[in-house]
Amino acid sequence: MPPVTEPVSASGEPVMGEPDPTGRFGDHGGRFVPESLMPALIELDAAFRDAWADPAFRSELDELLRSYAGRPSPLTDCHRLSEEVGCRVLLKREDLNHTGSHKINNVLGQALLARRMGKTRLVAETGAGQHGVATATAAALLGMDCLVYMGEVDMARQQLNVFRMRLLGAEVTPATSGSRTLKDAVNEAMRDWVATVESSHYCLGSVMGPHPYPWMVREFHRVIGVEAAAQCDDLLGGPPDVVVACVGGGSNAAGIFSGFAEVPGVELVGVEPAGGAAIGGGVPGIVHGMHSYLKQDEFGQVLEAESISAGLDYPGVGPEHSHLADVGRARYEPVTDDEVVDAFVLLSRTEGIIPALESAHALAWVSRARAELAGRTVLINLSGRGDKDVAQMMDVLADRL
Amino acid sequence: MSAVALDLEATLRGRRDAGAKTLVPYLTGGLFAGADGDWTDVLRSVASAGADAVEVGIPFSDPVMDGPVIQQASELALASGATPPGILDELAGVDAGVPLAVMTYVNLVYRFGYERFAATARRCGVAAAIVPDLPLEESEPWCAAADGAGIQTVMLAAPTAPDERLERIVARARGFVYAVGLMGVTGERAALADSATVIASRLKAITDVPVLVGVGISSPEQAVEVCEVADGVVVGTALVRRVLETRSPEAAGELIGSFRDALDRG
Repeated sequence: MPPVTEPVSASGEPVMGEPDPTGRFGDHGGRFVPESLMPALIELDAAFRDAWADPAFRSELDELLRSYAGRPSPLTDCHRLSEEVGCRVLLKREDLNHTGSHKINNVLGQALLARRMGKTRLVAETGAGQHGVATATAAALLGMDCLVYMGEVDMARQQLNVFRMRLLGAEVTPATSGSRTLKDAVNEAMRDWVATVESSHYCLGSVMGPHPYPWMVREFHRVIGVEAAAQCDDLLGGPPDVVVACVGGGSNAAGIFSGFAEVPGVELVGVEPAGGAAIGGGVPGIVHGMHSYLKQDEFGQVLEAESISAGLDYPGVGPEHSHLADVGRARYEPVTDDEVVDAFVLLSRTEGIIPALESAHALAWVSRARAELAGRTVLINLSGRGDKDVAQMMDVLADRL
Repeated sequence: MSAVALDLEATLRGRRDAGAKTLVPYLTGGLFAGADGDWTDVLRSVASAGADAVEVGIPFSDPVMDGPVIQQASELALASGATPPGILDELAGVDAGVPLAVMTYVNLVYRFGYERFAATARRCGVAAAIVPDLPLEESEPWCAAADGAGIQTVMLAAPTAPDERLERIVARARGFVYAVGLMGVTGERAALADSATVIASRLKAITDVPVLVGVGISSPEQAVEVCEVADGVVVGTALVRRVLETRSPEAAGELIGSFRDALDRG
């Protein structure tokens, strides 16, 4: 029998409930931003609380998620994969959402909120381009201006998504400083927002950054966990034994974990890239507005992450994940790029589903931990589809296919 | 090494009482050190050219409040091996004759340890600290450590702050109040933003602590214009660009001298 995890915190609050009034989950979170942005964060917190409590806002968002994004996303029972790895694997199919990943859930919520706040322009950062594409999509849908910052390195490895964003009417600006990947795109988006905060909303793409983003973005993704819990009830008559999701900033993991965090006995596993394992290889630090685990050197300079997947190529992690790790409610495991490539092929061959490289991290851990998981039921959040990665993988797999 | 810290706030108040406008240049610490020269020569040069205090940036890998020029300077300084303890140690030997403030991002201070950073800075002759990603709500643990070590914490005040927020900011400010002249990151602008004069006068109306305007003060003319209201200016990007272009302490001193002359003429 797996250990039964205490479902609520010592104070009796829900495990994945509201952060404290300073925007903290335990020791992590907060609002470490330039003074210029503080009034905007205070306003955003109030606006989100107001909207989230407003049935009209909720029903407008639900309707968009249904009729535009294609929710609910299905749960797929993977027979051939299960046979291969020796445990029953269920996939929550966020790859089937409009724009090809879970990112659309958050973006539709934030875009509606931005419009409600009277903002006319969305600013976003993107790593692999999935959040950028989703933001560009929402901006097109709602008739808003959109500017997406993307690391120069990522623009080169995700050209398809760069074109998609431009096709959707967004401007894509390269981040040319530092490692020229996701962390630098976040820096550029924050610099933009400092200058344009009165007309622009920063549509942050993960459960990271200053409060209220980690909480708000998780709430917009809670739909993943709520749906999956109901689908597991229908299929299994109860929850799965283990819930697994990849973690860069951690938004898809936060979304699916939130559906199970209060269910005793359900193990939660976040899978980090070995080259960007903030929880597995970092220490507490403060960057991008939040206190959380962070890969940094002895002086506090942020280290560059290295991952095959642009979407997880980030040295930090959302503060709630750091808290879930601290209190032992979730555990975080690293996988290597090689394991990810194997998982990318494995799912393609066994189930006819080409996963995003990000999502392949979750599967890579399941494949490695198959002995530990034998005979159990594992729910993986398949956060995105792999079409965007095919060009990159043609090179990686040139000798194997 | 160790050095005696001069009192930043007392110095700026004294200058104001004498009828002068105050000039605080910003310089990226560790920029062009070692084989390329000694960055502390630039510090001494701007001090002797008429700076009332000098703000030294400790470079950080992810400076979100800085524009391209200071980003570039930070990257170059980091690439040449600049570290927080290294820069503090060099400051101890500078003997610039004016108060020194350090400006850096919170993670470097946090990693060092708030109390240890404050004590080390003080021992190295640093009078004050500016931490631009530590807003009022998050500032207390650092401010307590700084107060305990005798380091004055300069608070930033932005044009977007409502009146009640400005009241709380000036109540916490030591050294001076850093009035953020415009909505945006550090960098030069063609004209003085209207917001610079507005935020300076809003602050002057509620505090006796010296009010210095920074961000977007690019020329002696703009400095004079904003000092019709403000007690002084912080000049950052214009100086750092001059250092990047010339690598010359003398050229840096000339630039700051031109600001000094303009402010003294009024």
